[in-house]
Amino acid sequence: MEQFVKHTGLVAPLDRANVDTDQIIPKQFLKSIKRTGFGPNLFDEWRYLDEGFPGQDNDKRPKNEDFVLNRPEYQGASVLLTRRNFGCGSSREHAPWALMDFGFRAIIAPSYADIFYNNCFKNGLLPIVLPEATVDGLFKAEAADSAFQLTIDLDNQQVITPEGEAIGFEIDKFRKHCLLNGLDEIGLTLQQTDAIRDYEARRRTAEPWVFEEPQKQ
Amino acid sequence: MAGKTLYDKLWNAHLVAEREDGSALIYIDRQIIHEVTSPQAFEGLRLAGRQPWRSGASVATIDHNVPTTPFNNAADIVDDTSRIQVQTLQDNTREFGITEYGIGDVRQGIVHVMAPEQGAVLPGMTVVCGDSHTSTNGALGCLAHGIGTSEVEHVLATQTLVAQKMKNMQVRVEGELGPGVTAKDVVLHIIGVIGTAGGNGHALEFAGSAIRSLSLEGRMTVCNMSIEAGARAGMVAVDDTTIDYVRGRPGAPKGADWDKAEAYWRGLVSDADAEFDTLVEIDASDIRPQVSWGTSPEMVVPVDSLLPDPAQEPDEVKRSGMERAYQYMGLKPGIKTSEINLDRVFIGSCTNSRIEDLRAAAQVVKGRKKAESVKQVLVVPGSGLVKQQAEKEGLDKIFVEAGFEWRQPGCSMCLAMNPDRLLPGEHCASTSNRNFEGRQGNGGRTHLVSPAMAAAAAVAGHFVDIRDLAAAGQSQAQER
Repeated sequence: MEQFVKHTGLVAPLDRANVDTDQIIPKQFLKSIKRTGFGPNLFDEWRYLDEGFPGQDNDKRPKNEDFVLNRPEYQGASVLLTRRNFGCGSSREHAPWALMDFGFRAIIAPSYADIFYNNCFKNGLLPIVLPEATVDGLFKAEAADSAFQLTIDLDNQQVITPEGEAIGFEIDKFRKHCLLNGLDEIGLTLQQTDAIRDYEARRRTAEPWVFEEPQKQ
Repeated sequence: MAGKTLYDKLWNAHLVAEREDGSALIYIDRQIIHEVTSPQAFEGLRLAGRQPWRSGASVATIDHNVPTTPFNNAADIVDDTSRIQVQTLQDNTREFGITEYGIGDVRQGIVHVMAPEQGAVLPGMTVVCGDSHTSTNGALGCLAHGIGTSEVEHVLATQTLVAQKMKNMQVRVEGELGPGVTAKDVVLHIIGVIGTAGGNGHALEFAGSAIRSLSLEGRMTVCNMSIEAGARAGMVAVDDTTIDYVRGRPGAPKGADWDKAEAYWRGLVSDADAEFDTLVEIDASDIRPQVSWGTSPEMVVPVDSLLPDPAQEPDEVKRSGMERAYQYMGLKPGIKTSEINLDRVFIGSCTNSRIEDLRAAAQVVKGRKKAESVKQVLVVPGSGLVKQQAEKEGLDKIFVEAGFEWRQPGCSMCLAMNPDRLLPGEHCASTSNRNFEGRQGNGGRTHLVSPAMAAAAAVAGHFVDIRDLAAAGQSQAQER
């Protein structure tokens, strides 16, 4: 997994609440069997005026010039600023894959849907939770400065504004540790193989039916 | 000390290790696998040279991409990318020794219809799947939730998940449901009350006499949409209904094991003195048949109410969401639900494609015809076994005689990954779970309703109050 230590980047404002994962990456692009290549179809229905399908030459498609990510001042944005309950709906990990593939490294919002939030951490994408009023303040600051950049310092758990104001954020210790070190979670868990085997042995005695295989024939 | 909630009990029973940082390793009893969210997980195993920890803990089927018109093998799937995913699942399950109910198997169907039907999911289990509607399975008194593809790989490789314990939430629905009010209306009403983020960070238990009165299928409909209320996991405590449902299923324990299992399962209820972080109480008599009007499942109204006015909404963020939804849906505040004209109707999905859903729809349709203005009505059973049962009862004939299309099992128009989809601007009465922009097809407009409401809308061409259906049928006859 890609490490996340400190990042400074241009902020793109997506001023909507309840952005669902169907919007982040529509279903027709879920047919890929890869983890990469979703960036050009991130927010496909908002970014383009026609209907997208896999394998298209996206450069030739008519763009919705009003959509934030198509505006010239937001080219190269890597921090997404948005509203409450971001990433609700489907569990598709293609959503963080698409955001990462597009170039986003961090998201700032008042809240996220649980599965999406969890999926971000598996991919080196940092979802930061800040109070609604703080997020609102960042929207206003961004509106006043179209080259608005933020620095995100994960180790110190701070978002730093261009004026040097440091805004603290909370993050779970284990997730922070994995992100800072770019750790493979499966490898870490397999260090606890004995604990898993002991647990299984106990359950096999108490609840043998749990270990029955599904009927094949 | 306060008692334990159902979620506390399930969590404790699956705790493998607790870590100093507050996270925990929990054991996963069952993983359900489908073709869309698994290819990258299997690829990850291969790249790392890993094998599944216990291949017998998983069960796979195909649902998201499959056509609902008859086909005999993967090569018959016209769409290249869909065919590749179906084929890839077949290859992966063979390579890693995982049971798959594939093409032509009567057990094939939507993951969350197939698994309980097969007894692959049992009370007291932890159940995961790369699909957010895994919460459906919690109706059996288990801890079931959706996960992302990285976690699918983690569970395949280790049979565990790294997890943080969620908070406890209970929604208690007390009283008797009125005539025409179904499980779907109950859950849509709940989402309307608590909102789509109401359950964020919580495991959600549905309780109360109205929930108890539901069949196991009805409870699955309610738990299915926990995720639309923001909660990854929904659940209902074990009772006679649960035990009766599980008994005799292919995966259910037999003989002495059954007795032992039943005794254990009966304890899977929240203790009377258990404390919840969040408690919501709902009076069953307040629940009327629901219709969603907007682009979020919380945008619902009772069928006999007018569409809400954004100007009355004090929360600025919500207000702008409502305004955007009206624009997308091509509707206006203050109109009646009966003024929404429908182009298509979809009866199916992991929310409402079980036998009792099809029975409810058929009962409304019997002897009636689809309205001429409705272009298409799809009826898509949840599994091959549901289809078989429905045909045995003659439900397929009722639908076909009404001008509906009787299809093969799959997810179909719920998410429109296969050819079943809406055209831009079309309004659809749908028994599915999400009314997001473009969900059922680019530019499509979805209205979430119960199977009976969908069937009634198909006959009338617009929404009708299921409680007034007799009157609607008469007026249609007069028009002819």
